This record gives sequence, C-alpha cells and structure tokens, in this order.
Amino acid sequence: MRATVFLLPLALLPIFANEFWLVHIFSRALILGIIALSLTFLATYLGVVSFAQATMAGIAGYVLAYFGPNTVDVGHELPFAAAIPIALLMSVLSGAVVGLIARRSQGIYAIMITLAIAVAFFYFTRQNYSFFNGWTGFSGLRSPQIGDTALRTPVVFYLLCLGVAALLLAMVSGFVRSPMGLTIQAVRDARRRVQAIGIPLTTPIVSAYAFAGFIAGSGGILNVWYQERISSFSVGLGPIVDILTISVIGGLRHPSGAFIGAVAFVLLDTFAIDFVDRERFNTLIGVTLLIIVLLAPRGLRGLWDDTVARFGNARDGGENTGKSQQST
Amino acid sequence: MTFFLVVTLNGLTLAALYFLAASGFTLIFGLMRTVNMAHGALILLGGYVGYQIVDTTGIWTLGVLGGGLASAFAGGLVQAGILGRIQGDELRQTLASIAVSIVMADLMLWHWGGLTYQVELPEALAGGQFIPLLGIGYATIRILLILLAIVLGVLLWLLIAKTRLGAIIRAGVDDRTMLRALGFNVARIFVLVFALGGALAGMAGVVAASALSIAPGTDLQFLLSSLVVVIVGGMGSIGGAALGAILIGLAEQYGLAYAPTYGVVFSFAIMVLVLAVRPQGLMGRSEA
Repeated sequence: MRATVFLLPLALLPIFANEFWLVHIFSRALILGIIALSLTFLATYLGVVSFAQATMAGIAGYVLAYFGPNTVDVGHELPFAAAIPIALLMSVLSGAVVGLIARRSQGIYAIMITLAIAVAFFYFTRQNYSFFNGWTGFSGLRSPQIGDTALRTPVVFYLLCLGVAALLLAMVSGFVRSPMGLTIQAVRDARRRVQAIGIPLTTPIVSAYAFAGFIAGSGGILNVWYQERISSFSVGLGPIVDILTISVIGGLRHPSGAFIGAVAFVLLDTFAIDFVDRERFNTLIGVTLLIIVLLAPRGLRGLWDDTVARFGNARDGGENTGKSQQST
Repeated sequence: MTFFLVVTLNGLTLAALYFLAASGFTLIFGLMRTVNMAHGALILLGGYVGYQIVDTTGIWTLGVLGGGLASAFAGGLVQAGILGRIQGDELRQTLASIAVSIVMADLMLWHWGGLTYQVELPEALAGGQFIPLLGIGYATIRILLILLAIVLGVLLWLLIAKTRLGAIIRAGVDDRTMLRALGFNVARIFVLVFALGGALAGMAGVVAASALSIAPGTDLQFLLSSLVVVIVGGMGSIGGAALGAILIGLAEQYGLAYAPTYGVVFSFAIMVLVLAVRPQGLMGRSEA
C-alpha cells in the first residue's frame, strides 16, 4: 500500500517532466541511488561500510561492455540475453570475493580493506588492455532494442530505472526478512553470539556482500546504458566517493536513504554551477559531506525521521512515529 | 643478474618512500584509532610547499623541512578543528577525513594547477654514484632516500621507545581513559601526534617530489600504498610499516619489471594472503 503511494506519482512523472529532467536528473538519480543502495544495504543490515560498491557496479559495466556492442576492438559480442546475466553473475561473484577478503573485518578495518581493493582495481583497469582496454576503456556502448524502441529512449529508460529501483528495494525488504537476512542482522548485532550458537560467520557475510554485488551490478548495467561508455574513471576515486557521499547524505540506517541522497546529490551536481564555479564542485561536495557528517550523522533520512517523529508526537503519537523508530 | 639487482634496488627505494609515507599514517592510527584518509593530501601538500620553497630559495634541506612543517600545521589543524570534535566515533572520523581530503585535493588543484612538479636537486645530490658491486651508476637521491628512511625509522623508534613523549603515546595506545585519568591533556597530545604524522607525510611528499615527481593523483597513489602497507604490516606498528613497505615496494618493482600489465596484482595478492593468514597484519595486534 505504502509503496504504491510513492510509485504512482513517480510512474506518472513522464507526463509532467521534460526530457532533460527525466534523463539527467531522475534517471541518473535512480541509477546512482541503486548503486548507493548496495552500500546502504551493507551498512544498514551488516553494519559494514564498503568502499568497493562502485567497483562492483563497474565490473558489471565492464563485462557488459566486453560482451556487448562497442566501438572499441576488444571483447566478443554476445546477444544481450546472455551478456546481461553474465554481467550480473560477475558482479555477484566480485561481491562475494570482496566479502571473502573482508569477512573478518569490521568498522574502519573493513573501510580500509574495501578501499584498497577498489583502488587496486582502478589501477588494474588502467594497466590492463586485454580485458579493460586500459586508460581509454570502452565507448559506443548501446542499449538493447525491444522491437523498434531502444531502451535508452527517455521515457522508456526512466521507467526501466524506476522499475529496477522499486524491484531492488522490494528484494531488499524481502531478503532481510528471510532466514539468511535475519542471520546477517544477527551477525551485525553480535558476532560472537552467532558463532556461539554454531552458525559459521563466513556464509552470511559473503551472502550479504554478494547480494550487495547484485544490487550494485544492476545499477552498473543501467549506468553503462546511461553513460554509453565505461573507463577506468568510472571505477576511480571520484565515483567511489560519490557513492559514499550519496549514502552518507541520505543516511546509512535505512535503504531508502540511498535514493534521498542520490536526488540531493544530482540536484547539487547539476545546479551547483549556478552558485559556485564548475571547477570547484569537489570543494562544495567535500564541504557538504563534512557538514552532514558533523551535524547530521544520520543523514537526510535521519533528519526526516526526527521531523516526522516530532510532528507525530505533537499529534499525540501516530503511525509515523512507530515507523520512524523502527527504521532507526 | 644486474637487471635483477637494479630492480631490487629500485624496489628498496620505493620501499623507503612507502615507509616514509606510511609511518605517519600508522603512528596516527596506532594512538588514536583514526584512519586519516587525508594522509595522501598531506603528502601532496608537503610536496607542493617544498617545491615552492626550493624554487625560491634554492636550498633543498629547507624545502624538506618547510614541506614537513606545512603538513604538520595542516594535520594539527585538521585534528584540532574537525576530527578531535568527534573523537571516539571512528566511522564518522573516517568519513570526515575523506571530506577533508576531497576539499584539500581540490584547493591544491586550484592553486597549483594540473601540472607535474619535480623539485630541483642540489648539485651534490643531482648526479649518480658508482656502485662497484653492480658495475653501474645509481642516482644519488635514491640512495639518500634509503638512508633517510633508515635514519627516520630509527629516530621514530627512539622517540617512541626512549622519550617521555613516546612513553605517553605508548600509554595512550594501551589505555586512553587511564591516561586522561592520570591528568594528561589527551586532546593536546592527539593534536601533537597528528602534527607529527603530518610532518612525516610532508617530508615524504618533498622527497617523493625530488626522487620522482608529484601531480594531482599522487595523493591517491600514496594513500593506497599507505593503506596496503599498514594492512600488510599491521595497523599501528612502526616496525610493521617498515616490513610492509619492503614487501610492497619490492613486489611492485618486480611486478613492473617482469609482468608490466599485472603490476598492481602482486601487491594486492600479498594483501589478500596476509589477511587470510593474519587478519591483524604481520606485526599488528589483534583487532578485538
């Protein structure tokens, strides 16, 4: 019920919004939100901040570029029906591998290890030409055609992104209620107790990372269709920090925070040019991140919950208050 | 054989540089449990300031000291103004230091532009030294770099093992609350250690700018190497940083020489291997 309240106006958006808003604001926000969702999922339910989410998205993107149509002479072209599952599989595998490497680490240790993995992958894509085509990467990437319409047509693409985002959010909320999802949350809350009742830690941790890899990979595929190219810069420090910024701005305690953060980030990215010099955008982003971290550690979603809670209390407690407490 | 020995020597040079870069990082982490993501930016800042000083005065030693001083000041300021306010909340500190590094990198790009800088060496260091064993000449600055790393490493060890400040730092690593209870101003000690770590980073930056060169992006390179070095060597341990730096420096140079397109994979493989066997690093203490 609650989902339709949000989904319906969003699905009707193409009637009101023009092409620019539809593609460069909303679709882009949804794509970045999906990739950030993979980080927020890990942070919310496993309690681990991973810096390797842009990398997992990039791996799906690279695989799709390698097996899909491109204008660079690298790779083998396969039909999309084969290329897309392979891309998703590889991003899931990359998630599992990251999880396997970082499985014993929490907190800042996990941050350092996932960051090291992500940056090492970035340098690897620059050095390697046989799979990643080095510095330049892949260009001329096309999205699939269905009948006569390309998926990249603004309205179709927006609805696709919206559908994928809604599906992934539903999957997250289903997954965290499954036995495995509950085990993952138990690992977050008390690692030792989980071990004490005889559950090995590796399986839930690796599953959580692999699921995050699936989310990130879905976003990575959409991102490749949006950008129509992929290169080492797509997995560099820039995107890594962007995804982190989105998740932190939105709030790391609830999956929906990823999308709130993404909308704020894209609006800032697009319209900041009116306030500050285009060249100094990174300073603006850095300062924004700093302010959020210092003043609103639970992000915009946290601020929203606080406001709702205060409003709800003023009305002598309502349904909203219960929801906001549950989400924090 | 000569090729192998030269590559080994190059690896040790790189290891010396990595040790200089990582020692400040691990020192800060050891005492405060702060992962200072702005460490790469501090290195780059030191390099730029050092370049500027050498460019105007022409005295190389002054450049190294000036670069160290600038980064020490910047580091102290970051701890006193931002990170110290959220002491104890490690995740937020990490995120805040990332924000600081983004802003610093952007402002440095603004001021110094996207050019590559190399610090001009004094005449005594500019040439090469003939090494009889190898039968070839080797750049003096690189030999000096190895010596510098050894001297600084020993000094750092002396500081931590033998002086009063070192005793306070070691006490702080073991039990921060107790140190505070004994009446030490922990906040001021933290700022001091952060400045010390910054000084090491700044000097490493000037040396890196002399032996190699610096440009935007150098900060990320050194942040990555510092991260990998301390993950391998053990977080918070100076000896671990030295060991990690030697392993990673050699691995990278051998990789570059014998398998150019897979160079990064070697250091990565070492990291994964160490994590699999000893998650706390070769010389680190257990996380728990």
